Amino acid sequence: MAAATLDYDEADAVARLGGDWTLVGLGKSLPAREARLAELSRAAPRWDLRGIGRLDSVGALVLWRAWGRSLPSTLLISEQHRQVLERVSRLPRREARLAERHPAGPIVALGRFALDAQRIFLGTIALIGQLVLDLAWLWLHPRELPLREFSATLYKSGAQALPVIALIGFLIGVVLSYLSSLQLKAYGADVFIVNLLGIAIIRELGPLLVAVLVAGRSGSAMTAQLGVMRVTEEIDALATMGVSRSLRLVLPKVLALAVATPLLVVWCSAAGIFGGMVAAYLQMGLSYAYFIDTLPKVVPLANLWIGLAKGVSFGVLVGVIACYFGLHVRPNTESLSTGTTSSVVTAITTVIVVDAIFAIFTRTLGMPGT
Amino acid sequence: MSATINRGEPVIDVRGVSTCFGRMLIHLDLDLQVFAGDILGLVGGSGSGKTTLLREMVGLLAPSAGEVRLFGHPVLDRDPEIRRSIRQRFGMLFQQGALFSALPVYDNVAFPLRELKLLDEDLIHDAVMTKLAMVELDANDSRLMPAELSGGMVKRVALARALALEPELLVLDEPTAGLDPDRAAGFVRLIRSLQEALGFTVVMVTHDLETLVGLASRVAALAEQRIVADGTLAEVTTVDHPFVRNFFGSLQVNGALQRAAR
Repeated sequence: MAAATLDYDEADAVARLGGDWTLVGLGKSLPAREARLAELSRAAPRWDLRGIGRLDSVGALVLWRAWGRSLPSTLLISEQHRQVLERVSRLPRREARLAERHPAGPIVALGRFALDAQRIFLGTIALIGQLVLDLAWLWLHPRELPLREFSATLYKSGAQALPVIALIGFLIGVVLSYLSSLQLKAYGADVFIVNLLGIAIIRELGPLLVAVLVAGRSGSAMTAQLGVMRVTEEIDALATMGVSRSLRLVLPKVLALAVATPLLVVWCSAAGIFGGMVAAYLQMGLSYAYFIDTLPKVVPLANLWIGLAKGVSFGVLVGVIACYFGLHVRPNTESLSTGTTSSVVTAITTVIVVDAIFAIFTRTLGMPGT
Repeated sequence: MSATINRGEPVIDVRGVSTCFGRMLIHLDLDLQVFAGDILGLVGGSGSGKTTLLREMVGLLAPSAGEVRLFGHPVLDRDPEIRRSIRQRFGMLFQQGALFSALPVYDNVAFPLRELKLLDEDLIHDAVMTKLAMVELDANDSRLMPAELSGGMVKRVALARALALEPELLVLDEPTAGLDPDRAAGFVRLIRSLQEALGFTVVMVTHDLETLVGLASRVAALAEQRIVADGTLAEVTTVDHPFVRNFFGSLQVNGALQRAAR
């Protein structure tokens, strides 16, 4: 491997090139060489390229550009290297690409966002409709029930999530109880900690925490799994075997989440209340017996039903949204990553919106003293 | 055995390589040299470790014992600078293309050039277009995404990317697998004409006799954990070994040989 050389003979006005004019041979000296070549070609000398050992297309391109995209009038070159130059010279010029910028860019972007949101909304509704049709069909053909997939998802999304949900529920309960007790003490209203924790955790925090965790833990996994199955054409393979993707892939996931999420809500709420009870004892000396005795009196049973109903609907929402995004991944890695991100973000946002709707429609239910 | 007369330093030098996966022995004390200008076809039964050997040659896999040297340096040299410079001197064509699915064709081919951080975008553009023209693709194709390409186009784009840095060595893993015979023949012709024009060394793994006949100037047969035959195709076919007899013994090969001779 010989380095590229460039000598200029002033007397004869000849530029002599030697060595390897290749990407590797030029290496780091490339910018300097280009500048020198451009300078020389303005003087329009005769060019002697016979000393060149190897010439690759990058070397040829460097020369071609220095000559202003035309062959110099006097050029001494071997036949083999002339062919390399000719191949390069046949290239079309790079068209100057104008940066496309629409005058109403932000408005267009907003419109596109709205259309995307509408498409996702309609797509999700269509998917729910398909699931209802599948359920009706299953009613008539109970042997087709995808039980194995259902129980697998139930185990992965439900049973395996128990430890982390217990931990988070417990810690949130401790923090909430600790912070509230500081305030309540100032008013001498210590005993109301039971009302506060009971309503807040069972009705609101439990379902919401579980929904966020399930979206992050199971929803993302479902989107990624279906997305990879799309990329590797496994879903198409299933279709050619006459297996319905909604029946075999989507329905068991959604049904399993519909069952697992309310159970996780109960588990999370129990852990939260336990945490709150421990903190209340340590902070204010409120006895466990008093706490357990008071809880059912101040928290009407309706709150538990509301929490369970939220659990079911959040589970279905997370499952449907995760599967929708998974089935709409395009076959490339970038789309897989944006699909998974959108799936989790959309699921959590939707869950919070639906939670607000729940709050409005259940405002007269389950409140003590109303 | 073969025409391995001393031709200077080998481009690839596999010395005493042994490989085992768990308790399974793949190669045992295997030696193989590839010299500049060789077009070596590596053949072997399925599971004989052809692709494993190829991956060891390019440093994707470390052999359990022995050493692979590329261009006179260990391919797994301790110095990251040397490792990097070795990797800029060869191009690899993967069986499935291994194009970056998130990038259009143009950026796939431009990627190794940009990684050098030496060239300006104008020069990169011209270099990419030269490479695409070499593999008979045009500017319109350069905007397509990998998912929109046919199998043959994927191979050609992958070849353009492998050739982007003007490598001295091209490593091909099953170059014609998944192409119909017509396309495969076209792809073989393309590699052959590029090799004649650019003069790189080629190592390839293939199952396909037509590809072997059409391209390889040298054939090495891998069986029983070692190279059992090494030489020109004509020499290798005469070697008396069960695998070789089986692989080349069919009438197919005679037909292919006759066709090539014509």
